[in-house]
Amino acid sequence: MTGEQITFLVIALATLGSALMVVTTRNLIHAALWLIATLFSVAVIFALLSASFLAVVQVVVYIGAIAILFIFAVMLTRKDMRDQSPQLNKNWWVGALLAVLTFGGLYTLLQGWSGLSRTVADIPSGFDAVAELGTELTSFTGYVLPFEVASVLLVAALVGAVYVAFNPRSGDIRK
Amino acid sequence: MIPLSWYLILSAALFSVGLFGVLSRRNAVAILLGIELMLNSVNINLVSFWRYGNVMHMAGQVFAIIVFAVAAAEVSVGLALVISVYRRRNTVIADEIDLMKW
Repeated sequence: MTGEQITFLVIALATLGSALMVVTTRNLIHAALWLIATLFSVAVIFALLSASFLAVVQVVVYIGAIAILFIFAVMLTRKDMRDQSPQLNKNWWVGALLAVLTFGGLYTLLQGWSGLSRTVADIPSGFDAVAELGTELTSFTGYVLPFEVASVLLVAALVGAVYVAFNPRSGDIRK
Repeated sequence: MIPLSWYLILSAALFSVGLFGVLSRRNAVAILLGIELMLNSVNINLVSFWRYGNVMHMAGQVFAIIVFAVAAAEVSVGLALVISVYRRRNTVIADEIDLMKW
């Protein structure tokens, strides 16, 4: 077993352990903090896959923006989070059964797939993945249309989120 | 060298954990946390297929970036809805948000 494999196994255990804590812990602030641990482990997985740009974006966007947004939302709705009431609904075993069945189904599906034994290809020398990614995202023969649609989606989400969360009683912007 | 199957099994397990969170948590914010886990497992899949396929084709990484953008949009709108519901109905428990239940 090489050092790379040991690193992967440690990181995979950290990912799954912190993900399990996200879905089982009672305190939602702790769940959001465990989510940060999960996201960081996924960033390490991206680095292991030599996707350096995505590893950085994972830390900046997911941990820096999305996880902080979660913590804000938990704090704004904290009053209702009574710790004595159960955190799982009464049909939680159906969810657990479905999750186990999904994992089993995906696992058996993978065992029958012929491409599973595919080996990792060497990145050719002089090939800059980040530069190539930037070229692909902005060239007309590449993915400029999904890129622009994503930015329109983000603007629409920003406007929609501000409108939905706006409290007409406290603010006087509409007067 | 790490086999491709390890990444795919890790991704399937992470997806299942997220699915469990979505299906069985009562708090609406916790349900959104589960959705984040599922989106991350999809990203692991996309990037590992990019690495183990033809590295010159960047489609896997481009898809992962689009998933980042969609996740950011989904979380901002979802949390805004949760906060809005909390203001009007004073609850974030998904069972109690039953205004449209027939």
